[in-house]
Amino acid sequence: MLAFILRRLIQAMIVMVTVAFIAFMLFQYVGDPVTNLLGQDATPQQREALRRDLGLDQPFFVQFAKFAVNAAQGEFGLSLRQGRKVSVLIAERFPATLELATVAALLGLLLGIPLGVYAALKRGSFMSQVVMTGSLLGVSLPNFLIGILLILVFAVQLKWLPSFGRGDVVSFGNLSTGLFTIDGLKHLVLPAFTLSLFPMTLVLRLVRSEMLEVLRTDYIKFARARGLPDRSVYFRHALKNTLVPVITIAGLQLGAIIAFAIVTETVFQWPGMGLLFIQAVQFADIPVMAAYLCLIALIFVTINLVVDLLYFAVDPRLRIERSAAGH
Amino acid sequence: MAHQHSVAPAVAPAAAPAIPAAPGALARFLDGDVWHSFKNSPVAIIAAVIATLCVVCALFANWLAPHNPLDLATLELMDARLPPAWEAEGKAKYLLGTDDQGRDILSALMYGSRISLFVGLASVVVSVVIGVGLGLLSGFVGGRVDAFIMRVCDVMLSFPSILIALLIDGVGRAMFPNAHDTLAFTVLIIAISLTGWVQYARTVRGSTLVERQKEYVQAARVIGVSPARIMRRHVLPNVLGPVLVLATIHVATAIITEATLSFLGVGVPPTSPSLGTLIRVGQDFLFSGEWWITIFPGLVLIMIALSVNLLGDWLRDALNPRLR
Amino acid sequence: MAAPLLEVSHLRVEFPTRRGTLRALDDISFDIAPGEILGVVGESGAGKSLTGAAIIGLLEPPGRIAAGEIRLAGQRIDNLSQQQMRTIRGRHIGAIFQDPLTSLNPLVTIGQQLIETIQVHLKVSHEQARQRAIRLLQETGIPAAEQRIDQYPHQFSGGMRQRVVIALALAAEPKLIVADEPTTALDVSIQAQIISLLKRLTKDHGAAVMLVTHDMGVIAESCDRVAVMYAGRIAEIGPVAEVIHRPKHPYTVGLMGSIPSMDIDRERLMQIDGAMPRLTAIPSGCAFNPRCPRVFERCRTERPDLMIAGATRAACWLVANDNKVNA
Repeated sequence: MLAFILRRLIQAMIVMVTVAFIAFMLFQYVGDPVTNLLGQDATPQQREALRRDLGLDQPFFVQFAKFAVNAAQGEFGLSLRQGRKVSVLIAERFPATLELATVAALLGLLLGIPLGVYAALKRGSFMSQVVMTGSLLGVSLPNFLIGILLILVFAVQLKWLPSFGRGDVVSFGNLSTGLFTIDGLKHLVLPAFTLSLFPMTLVLRLVRSEMLEVLRTDYIKFARARGLPDRSVYFRHALKNTLVPVITIAGLQLGAIIAFAIVTETVFQWPGMGLLFIQAVQFADIPVMAAYLCLIALIFVTINLVVDLLYFAVDPRLRIERSAAGH
Repeated sequence: MAHQHSVAPAVAPAAAPAIPAAPGALARFLDGDVWHSFKNSPVAIIAAVIATLCVVCALFANWLAPHNPLDLATLELMDARLPPAWEAEGKAKYLLGTDDQGRDILSALMYGSRISLFVGLASVVVSVVIGVGLGLLSGFVGGRVDAFIMRVCDVMLSFPSILIALLIDGVGRAMFPNAHDTLAFTVLIIAISLTGWVQYARTVRGSTLVERQKEYVQAARVIGVSPARIMRRHVLPNVLGPVLVLATIHVATAIITEATLSFLGVGVPPTSPSLGTLIRVGQDFLFSGEWWITIFPGLVLIMIALSVNLLGDWLRDALNPRLR
Repeated sequence: MAAPLLEVSHLRVEFPTRRGTLRALDDISFDIAPGEILGVVGESGAGKSLTGAAIIGLLEPPGRIAAGEIRLAGQRIDNLSQQQMRTIRGRHIGAIFQDPLTSLNPLVTIGQQLIETIQVHLKVSHEQARQRAIRLLQETGIPAAEQRIDQYPHQFSGGMRQRVVIALALAAEPKLIVADEPTTALDVSIQAQIISLLKRLTKDHGAAVMLVTHDMGVIAESCDRVAVMYAGRIAEIGPVAEVIHRPKHPYTVGLMGSIPSMDIDRERLMQIDGAMPRLTAIPSGCAFNPRCPRVFERCRTERPDLMIAGATRAACWLVANDNKVNA
């Protein structure tokens, strides 16, 4: 197992280095690195000094190494659009996205798994058809459209919930959260629900199809043949086997949620990293783009690693060494 | 028991009867399970009808649309912000209302659908070509090439498509700050197609690996038939079914991706508004009560995506022998 | 003569498909006496497994019992609800399936699977169930049962797993076991062990067995009586020695003749022309008539019932005519 972890760590490093490389290429060759670091308003002398400092006359790999070292410390220079340090900008916005993504992920799982199980067990019934059609809608409807529709209904027509921004937040040092204020929660409802729909429908469909597959297996047939009650067959056996592959995919969804947050944050003007990134793309603000890229890659890689370890914890076939088999 | 005594007796071939002519391809299709499944699935039929309707409107927008929203000369500012025709202040001339510039929403929808469909389909085509090509290469050549391509697939899969598309688009923007429309479209199509090719590559690679082991392929290689020919004649036909299913669903995804990018302001150029652009523009008017500017493009987008998705779902079930 | 444990009368199993209704089992009748081992033999597709599935009430939809009765110890079981069938399964009828690899839930220890089965059917405490489970494992020849009971299925070899499966089937002391090809997936060297284990255990526990297989050798070694199935019907049924050495039905004759034998010198193995008909194209009259070397007019128009032919019963008009069939 140790070998497995080591291998995954090495793979993770390779991915990070590749991503850093791409970010580096962005930095150096798309747009001007000096401008990227100093901002638009630097004097020619400052530029010259920086050019020498940066060692832009140095060989390629030296420059890359410097960039990588900087990146590892979170140093990406100044935002072209705002003139402030990229690292500060991102740190400011990160808690908002984290809060949104986490709540959305939890919602997605808490609703998606039971609905998926229901749709599998009551296959063919009217309610399960409704659920499945609903899930199809969830996959077909673009995220932003759902957000707009929700705004139309709940904010414009019914006026129950606010339609943009984050509301009142409570801060703990660098982290701020709106979970502890009514106003903050109200602001969180619509964006979190919108964001949760995609992973929810994915989990729902996955759980349903996995469960249907599992219900067709020989061991379920054998369990039935032994006279085990339905409750045991479905929830002790089938559900356990269903959830194992679901865990991996659901875990990976967390990364997708953070990325999809870009759209949700735009619709609801939620002050998170995603909104920052979009503004960076519109403006061709390379340092912010590069920083976001590296951060996202780090998050993804970490999630992948954790999910792999989770798999180990859950599936005994991977865990236990094969003991000597007798006849 | 020293030997396994099997009960199945040896079978001698019966005398071959006169072989009737094989039915043509169309006849076989109509008799086959796919068409039968289609006829019996009201959902699939409705989806197909809706999808065809949208495509026709989009293709023939020039002739079907009552107005031309792109022609600035025909716009009448006096007619701006009119609600749909069935509401009190609406005019019959503008069936679904107008936006803040006086553009007819219905016509804008048709032209917008055309852009959306064009970008979506083009992206899928490019995606399929890249994916199938790389998949064939990977499966057939094997070795380092295969390992490398699969690594790339793994990495790309772990990133959400929207991010990849945004990145490529952003880079394109930075590299060509004053790009004209064609270039902008090209970058957009490339961005979207690069998000979706992996599924084809993997599927095709899998099938290629299976076929490659089969004896007739090995025999062909021994005779000296070129690998390209083998891939084209033997592997490709076997793979088209799953690829078709994937592509159908992918069209919906591509259209949605384009709409999302345009909504975010980084998709199609503003001179050729797609449905996403229209929705973006319309969102600003939600609070002043002019809901039709954003809702109708949204509805059309939903219709297209939903019908294509349903078709894809049905196709997958129809082509899967196990589910029947 | 004791009352039969299992009585199957005129059982008909149908599959409605869009091309018409397929009759997979057509008017099957047979009995199993308490403690006896009945072999059911036939080619693939003859309907042997379906008979077993119908008896334990696990026919895969859209298959259904269209006609006939199944009685266990005098009580009808074919018309019971799923709820009622569940109390029968495991407790009164046990089942063993073909592939030990897929018969056991890979994520649950065999101990848990055993204890769960025992506790569902017998009112015992967890500790008592565990002791019972260990005893069962020891009976089936699993070494170090007390340690291995907490292991997972993948830690056992194929033969060992099938022993676990047998233990599971016997866990609630059923009086009838339906064994569907229990040795087909195992190495030839293991098959003998498993068959003799099955014989011994069912004798010790007083259970009857319906042993479905395509392997005549297994039948010869273990069964008291054997039923030969063809195209969803029973062609011949009788004591094993009689059917093997003095078959009356031409199909059975062909079968026995096609088996290579160590003691009899044969120049050629007998072969039966043609193939078993597909369910959509069963000939009228006797299903075997197109291939029968002794066919005559009546065979093509009237379907023969099972008729007494010496020590066995065969569904053949030749028997009715009292002609000797042996080649």
